Amino acid sequence: MKFKARVWKFGNNINTDLILPIQVYYLTPQEQARFVFHANRPGWVDLAQPGDIIVGGRNFGMGSSRPAARSLRNLGLGCLIAHSINGLFFRNCVNFAFPAMECRGVFDAFSEGDIAEVDFDACTVRNATTGRELPAIGLPPKLLDLLKAGGIYPLLEKEGLIAPRVESRP
Amino acid sequence: MGMTIAEKILARKSGQARVGPGDLVTVEVDTVILFDNNFMPSQWRDILKLKDRNRVIVVLDHRVPAATQASAAAHRTARQFVAKFGIPRFHDVGYRQGISHQLVADHGYALPGSVLLCSDSHTCSAGVFNCIARGVGGPDVVYAAIKGETWFRVGETVRYELEGRLSPAVTTKDAFLQIAGRYGDHATMNVEYGGPGVASLGINARKTLTTMSAELSAEFATFEPDELMLGWVRERNPAPFEPVHRDPDARYAAVRKVDLAQLEPLVAFPDTVIENSRPVADAAGTPIDQAFVGSCANGTLDDLELVTKVLEGRQVSPKVRFIVTPGSQNIYRAAARSGLITRLVEAGAVVTPATCGACGGGHMGVLGPDETCITATTRNFKGRMGDPSARIFMGSPATVAASAIRGVITDPREFLS
Ligand code: SF4
Repeated sequence: MKFKARVWKFGNNINTDLILPIQVYYLTPQEQARFVFHANRPGWVDLAQPGDIIVGGRNFGMGSSRPAARSLRNLGLGCLIAHSINGLFFRNCVNFAFPAMECRGVFDAFSEGDIAEVDFDACTVRNATTGRELPAIGLPPKLLDLLKAGGIYPLLEKEGLIAPRVESRP
Repeated sequence: MGMTIAEKILARKSGQARVGPGDLVTVEVDTVILFDNNFMPSQWRDILKLKDRNRVIVVLDHRVPAATQASAAAHRTARQFVAKFGIPRFHDVGYRQGISHQLVADHGYALPGSVLLCSDSHTCSAGVFNCIARGVGGPDVVYAAIKGETWFRVGETVRYELEGRLSPAVTTKDAFLQIAGRYGDHATMNVEYGGPGVASLGINARKTLTTMSAELSAEFATFEPDELMLGWVRERNPAPFEPVHRDPDARYAAVRKVDLAQLEPLVAFPDTVIENSRPVADAAGTPIDQAFVGSCANGTLDDLELVTKVLEGRQVSPKVRFIVTPGSQNIYRAAARSGLITRLVEAGAVVTPATCGACGGGHMGVLGPDETCITATTRNFKGRMGDPSARIFMGSPATVAASAIRGVITDPREFLS
């Protein structure tokens, strides 16, 4: 699983309430995605292009269990690379199939707008703009497989354990 | 090399002799709690098969009674789910109503040495009962309810040795603010609380620490078992259990002392509790529009008693909305019987039914633009309790009550000594 795209930088302790504000919890998943970073970076969703990569600092996604990772996926972003990722947020990344990997020092290795090349199987992150390459902390194989398979719901659906969802993606 | 409490429970529940930091383990899940947000139309995936209905608990708590049509729809879906599988432990609006993490304490749902999951981030609250409890994602609880298992990455553990005894106007909320302020986040790590100071703390006071550990981004928060805690669980739940002590040679990422006697009232400034706590004097005099005491961290009978003590013979400032939300109807009833509710409302507080309410910005106390609130709840992120321009300070129930009286952030030692 590889990505090559432009980078957007977000700092330390980016929390779930910034990614998915509670006020839009009643909306459909697609509509919720329009409010990503609405409080701290209004208008950003219109600038981000499909496939773009988020580079974060420490403890990215701290906070609640709400499906904030799903909003990043539904926005069409490529993946998330952060110095460290909050444990609960990381679970939601895997479960909702939004690729995310930790890479120490990644925040300082990129300027916003640089092009990143990320390889989840080789566990590498490269700044194509500067040529700098960093080792990432790969996902355990079991979790990488789950992520590649589309996360938990498609798995349970295939096994006939949950009803298919018709109106929109999970 | 020995194991910490979290490592020992994870080893037991994954059927291994030992586990250590860095391991990925699959564990059996004893208890799964589903709550109203899981059943929201934008979240819910209809479960067709359950592993064991006796391991599932369903709680309506975030917006009860229903605040909007969407929450009413979620409650209806939850009731249908409960009926379909005949789930015995259901907390609907009414007599059994309450915040899930408070109900876990009220009913002894978390057994020492067990694994409990709920897709609310403050589930680590139950760690006060010496168990592995964690907030996970919505898909995780659906998976665990169906398959009876989940996965965890084992993290390192930081141990907090509590010493001494709290002074009258200081609470474990201040102890937490001290830890978060000084040591920052504990992402990917567990926290373990122990030491001689624990004996002086009741279960409610201890639970504030495990609940607030979610704000440290801790994986698991655990307490060592003692007779007080074990008796609490036995009184409420007849099920057998096996508590877990740490190994004497357990390995920690750090061991840090917290002297309860040295603590003073602290407040976290708006937007985060991480490295953001200061003595209450630094915020004193800041005018507030709302004061709030409640949530799974501070909605206990002890908290209501403390608030009442501060209010004794005084009135809430007419400039302030002072909202008090008990953590469960069980607590509400006890407070009504003992006269606490009457004293609170006579002093000018608004006592709401047990719910998450204003804590999560859902209803009953949502903040407007540019307002300032001081809250004894769990989280003060930007926009957490309403408009993103609102400022949320966090303090103990005593600090919040003192501030409600004065209309400005106030040191509770003015009223308690
Ligand atoms: S009271 Fe607040 S922190 Fe606790 S479960 Fe409810 S919303 Fe979450």
